[in-house]
Amino acid sequence: MDFILKTEGLSKVYPNGTLANKQVSFGVAPGEILGLVGENGAGKSTLMKMLYGEESPSSGKIFLEGKPVSFASSQEAIKAGIGMVHQHFMLVPSLSLAENLVLGQEPHKGRSNIFDLDKAVAITEELAEKYNFKIFARARVVDVSVSMRQKLEILKALYRGAKILILDEPTAVLTPQETDELFVELEQLRKHGHTIIFISHKLNEIFKLCDRVSVMRDGRMIGTHKVSEVDSQTISNEMVGREVLLTVEKKKAKPGEKVLTAKDLSYIDDFGITAVDHLSFALRKGEILGVVGVDGNGQSELVRILTGSTKTLSGSVIVLGQDVTNKRPGEIRKAGLAHIAEDRMTVGTAQPASIEDNLLADRYLSPEFTGGAGFLKTEAISKAAAEIVSSFDIRCNSPGQLVASLSGGNMQKVVIGREFTAKAEILVIAQPTRGVDVGAIEFIHKRIITMRDAGKAILLVSSDLQEVMSLSDSLVVMNSGKIVAYFEDASATTDKELGLYMLGLKRQSPEEIGRVLHE
Amino acid sequence: MNSKKTKRPGFFGSIRLFFTDRDKLEPALITILAGAFSILMGVGLIFIVSKDPVTSTKNFLLGPVLRTYNFYYLMIAMVPITFTGLAMCIIYKLRYMSLIVDSSFYIGAVVATAIGVKLSLPPGIHPAVAMIAAGLVGGLIGLLPAILKIKWRANELVSSLMFNYIFYFIGSFIILYYLRDRDQTILASLPFQKSFNLPKLVENTQLHAGFIIAAVFVVIVSIFLFRTRWGFEIRIAGANPKFAAYAGIPVATVALYAHFVAGFIGGLGGAVEMSGLYRAFIWQMNPSYAMDGVIVAMLARKNPKFVPLSAFFLAYLRVGADFMSRRGDVAFEFITLLQGMIILILASDKILNYFKARRLRRNALLAESSANAAAAQGGQA
Repeated sequence: MDFILKTEGLSKVYPNGTLANKQVSFGVAPGEILGLVGENGAGKSTLMKMLYGEESPSSGKIFLEGKPVSFASSQEAIKAGIGMVHQHFMLVPSLSLAENLVLGQEPHKGRSNIFDLDKAVAITEELAEKYNFKIFARARVVDVSVSMRQKLEILKALYRGAKILILDEPTAVLTPQETDELFVELEQLRKHGHTIIFISHKLNEIFKLCDRVSVMRDGRMIGTHKVSEVDSQTISNEMVGREVLLTVEKKKAKPGEKVLTAKDLSYIDDFGITAVDHLSFALRKGEILGVVGVDGNGQSELVRILTGSTKTLSGSVIVLGQDVTNKRPGEIRKAGLAHIAEDRMTVGTAQPASIEDNLLADRYLSPEFTGGAGFLKTEAISKAAAEIVSSFDIRCNSPGQLVASLSGGNMQKVVIGREFTAKAEILVIAQPTRGVDVGAIEFIHKRIITMRDAGKAILLVSSDLQEVMSLSDSLVVMNSGKIVAYFEDASATTDKELGLYMLGLKRQSPEEIGRVLHE
Repeated sequence: MNSKKTKRPGFFGSIRLFFTDRDKLEPALITILAGAFSILMGVGLIFIVSKDPVTSTKNFLLGPVLRTYNFYYLMIAMVPITFTGLAMCIIYKLRYMSLIVDSSFYIGAVVATAIGVKLSLPPGIHPAVAMIAAGLVGGLIGLLPAILKIKWRANELVSSLMFNYIFYFIGSFIILYYLRDRDQTILASLPFQKSFNLPKLVENTQLHAGFIIAAVFVVIVSIFLFRTRWGFEIRIAGANPKFAAYAGIPVATVALYAHFVAGFIGGLGGAVEMSGLYRAFIWQMNPSYAMDGVIVAMLARKNPKFVPLSAFFLAYLRVGADFMSRRGDVAFEFITLLQGMIILILASDKILNYFKARRLRRNALLAESSANAAAAQGGQA
């Protein structure tokens, strides 16, 4: 097959020692949509960043139309006709869509140096019409939806002459409905002769859209198949290297009494946007309440309010009968709430400190570890740390090792090991498996279920819809800082249905939502 | 197997661990390199500027050990920079950049002077009272930039430098208007009471009991930082303040008491210097021992246990340079070039990161190829 873009033996070692790509050889044919699948951390993004000139390969070659190329920067890649849309958009929020589109190659009025907004809008609209994209050229980026921002990113790449488009998990931020719309537009692009590399870890999308699919695992290219000649089980096996249990095994929940009641919480962020909007819910012992929503609909802020790192403007949080509204994180922990922070690198761990220090940072003051005069009981501390290290299978040379030198999965085990041994009745878990390898994911999921079966109350927030749906006993859907739906039984709903709520197209009646308070 | 793995290593075990743990070994090597390189540069400079480079070099490198009184002089010089070095260790462990210890030390000396001149107390108690008072005042001064930082996010490096001017002039004002000995032609305070002076450790030398006090404080600060809950809080808050807050550590409180303790040690150091070495306050300008403390703390890699070593090294360079300058044609000030060199090398994190990145890269590729080999073998079998 004639490949328009291909790689031979591409390897990438990051400065922290992670071998993200190992001898990757693959190619994409002109005018096709190639799916690239793999678990989080399989090396998809790294590979694409090398193709797009954002990262330089440690070894190996890239060929464009048969000629070897090496891009020192993404500018060079763009000039060569390769465009990329990142997971995180690179737009100027205060400018209009049209201005963002032409940024760097602005049209001018006549021969002057004055920017011609009307022409920019015309260009944008013309381009959007050509590919049948629906966007508002004059609207500011802040005012439009995530999906429109994404379309703008794609158009931006096209405006700069991209023949090959790399889309890095474009559907991660979209609802199922928006995803369908995007697929129609990508079909249009294919008709116009564009080549698309589509990164995803959702197999159903691959089957719907792609011509061929390449599978990556653990930094390696495992195989490439015609979509018409392969089934999802094969790909799924290739992705994880073994048969996966797509659903988490668990017994039915036996919810007990209420242990956490949050009423009327509100938060307005630095940009004046109401991130949490008079939100109320309750959490019971022995249940996992999943929070579903498109990223950025107030989930993070809700977690920050519950755990004390942000203050609510109204309402109250009651933990085990104790009012902890706007208390400091330490006091909330003492009241019986442990928390797995969504960002383990900047919040969940202290990277330049030892594993031991990280494991004990929330409980060093207990009489078990600190004597009356303020002296640490080092023996007891190393014993406790060693126990967590072995029972949570944290792979390290010694508990004195710095957390910074651990892999992502083991780092997360440090966080989980600490929080799950904190003797808290309530666990607020945010993004438990983000960027974690498959083995660790399974381990973490099992642990969460174990904690539930031990009678803990768990609030689970994750942007991985599959994860929330399979782990949770009950679900709430958040949209624009509000709870818009409550499902007492998580298995009684589908991702399609959730999508409607996530997008705000549907919402339950206040009575239905109110059931989450269990009053 | 697990119990074996998690046992605390003994003395030799920890030495072996140190040499196998590159994360710890490499910084140590670079520190030694920085010292060695600065000495080499010093020798090079001597050969460029001196008419008799061999003698000058000998005086510079061996001066402190060739003459007994030079060695005593070295030990005396270690005392103030040990105190400021310890104080800077605490501040640096917290990852603050405040240089307020300079004020704490200077005002500590002024407070000690006031007590040494005005109060009459029994020997032993007199300097002790002065040290505690100087420590308390120094501690309060130490708080100022931290408060500004916590309350208004004022950069503590800038504000502490400004405070250093303010407190220098306040100190001079107090000496000049309330404690000055008007019979002296130079600016000097009234002489201290006899009871104020610390005993000498060795007859007919200047080596005073402050050396012992400094040694005791090395132990105290080491225990404070590594064996108490407060030290734990400082280390965690320094390693990642966001994490510390998340884990329930009151970060602002930690920053405040850490600065108080650092300022206390600085102020106490100023009092020790006064009662150990002087008969009256005769500083014509601020000796700025805190700036030396910066070098000492950096050379010690923020670890109080290594402060005596790095204080010894710095004092050795100083005394050697002093001895050489008095007996030859190289100026004492060339020592500042050497200090600059040391700081430059130590502050260049990139050097360390370069080695680290190279090693990690090599290890990763190595692990990969051995895994491949193992896979190939497994395939054959």
